[in-house]
Amino acid sequence: MTTPETSTSLVHARGLTKRYANGFTAVDGVDFDVRPGKAFGFLGPNGAGKTSTMRMIACSSPVTEGTLSVIGMDPRTQARQIKSKLGVVPQIDNLDTELTVRENLEMYARYFDIPRDVANRRTDELLEFVQLDERAKDQVEPLSGGMKRRLTIARALINEPELVILDEPTTGLDPQARHLLWERLYQLKRRGATLIITTHYMDEAEQLCDHLVVMDKAKIVAEGSPRQLIDQHSTKEVLELRFDDGVRDSLNGQLDGLADRIEELPDRLLLYTADGERTLEQVNLRKIPIESALVRRSSMEDVFLRLTGRSLVE
Amino acid sequence: MTVVAASGRVWQRNWLVYRRLWHRSLAFGFLQPVLFLTAMGIGIGALLTPASLEAFGGVEYIHWLGPGLLAAMAMQTATFESTYPIMNKIMWGRNYEAMLSTPVGIRSIVFGELGWTAFRIGSLAAVFLLVLTLFGIVRSPMALLAVPVAILVGVAFSACLIAFTATQKNDVGFSAIFRFVVNPLFLFSGTFFPLAQLPDAAQAVAWATPLFHGVELIRGSILDQLDPATAPIHAAYLLVMFGIGTWFAERNLTRRMAG
Repeated sequence: MTTPETSTSLVHARGLTKRYANGFTAVDGVDFDVRPGKAFGFLGPNGAGKTSTMRMIACSSPVTEGTLSVIGMDPRTQARQIKSKLGVVPQIDNLDTELTVRENLEMYARYFDIPRDVANRRTDELLEFVQLDERAKDQVEPLSGGMKRRLTIARALINEPELVILDEPTTGLDPQARHLLWERLYQLKRRGATLIITTHYMDEAEQLCDHLVVMDKAKIVAEGSPRQLIDQHSTKEVLELRFDDGVRDSLNGQLDGLADRIEELPDRLLLYTADGERTLEQVNLRKIPIESALVRRSSMEDVFLRLTGRSLVE
Repeated sequence: MTVVAASGRVWQRNWLVYRRLWHRSLAFGFLQPVLFLTAMGIGIGALLTPASLEAFGGVEYIHWLGPGLLAAMAMQTATFESTYPIMNKIMWGRNYEAMLSTPVGIRSIVFGELGWTAFRIGSLAAVFLLVLTLFGIVRSPMALLAVPVAILVGVAFSACLIAFTATQKNDVGFSAIFRFVVNPLFLFSGTFFPLAQLPDAAQAVAWATPLFHGVELIRGSILDQLDPATAPIHAAYLLVMFGIGTWFAERNLTRRMAG
């Protein structure tokens, strides 16, 4: 089954559906194509169906319905061959805590049937790549969260995969560790690797992904590059307004007509507009008593809010 | 990579961990039977009169007891190795999740773990046999047969317990296994006293349970008294148990890991 799409995409999904034994539909007929050499992101809140989609691609969860091809192969019948070309970084670390840092990589190489000398060489290179060469002989447990993630990424690269799947790679890490990780993933991308990343962080999606699909309630609700999505689903700028208690309730439509769209959050109002500063001037002209104002560019967070009516991280 | 080669990798991972503590494990494997045989074989055995030894087939108590303890060791070690460590690899440490992201499949995991149990029980049985030799219990080279039989007992229990562990959401069930399965089998499988001492109904129950068959085969090998009429029945029981256990282990682990 070679259609034009399958020949140019590393992962090709049509009507992909995952229904669990308890009847819960985690993924409901999604279509997407992952192009080689790109970073493809699944953005959505927890429970949107991202991890279930990842697990089907990684051949660790059977497809319920629909078409899925991974690196030109069918996960139903060629799981072993697909897995030999994949690198998987799971959401929760599953490093072997009974082995050392180095042994984790060497043992993983054995699971891929990689010859010992090749495995040794790659282990050296990868430990250096993730900046853990000085910890090679240490046990895994005392490593920090960021180091464990980096080791997990190194482990996922041991078989020189054609496709690397990262499920929420920076969830739970401190900002410094996240930036180091992003930088490594960016290097990986520059070397030509194809990445699939799930995240519920819009900054992560914007930083790393060339192409995004936004998932919500088991479906894909939008697709495009971060820039395209923002252009399509939001305005150029956003004016964030905060009010003293009571003022907000007595606004009575005083902001009407000032923005393309107004989004009401519990702690602030978001005014979507092409020029935030100008809108702020107009607000001031109308003598509306604001507590504070902030003008910023639209982000994926705004796209998500627009598409689903909810925040990404709640 | 074939299933056999992948099973070998699963085995190898356990070896990588074990090689740091093998000497400790084998030292315990030596000390345990020495203590048991001294306390029960020599201590209690000395109190038995020649008349009461008739019940043990006319051999000294320590000779009768030693092989029974070897069979029980195989069961206990296999049970322990197939509960907490397997649960750790399923749930707490998620080792299987990591392995299943590679070409290693569920069947290879099951075979690799069973192969590991076989190795552990085999090495412990060899040490045990050495102790029995030092106590003067071993009579002929037939005793060497006790090692493969102990391995068979071990993998039969291991397969069934991996199947059980794969269905468990926490470790609460394990204490029930030890309390209500392992301990009664340990006490009532002809390990410490002949089954003939029990009422007929209880004897019939013992025949239906697995450790009894292992005890009979191992005692028969070590005392060079294998009964050609019953030995094949005992072996067949354990082989069938191993086969059924392995089938359920693979099925249950597949349901658990690939939802």
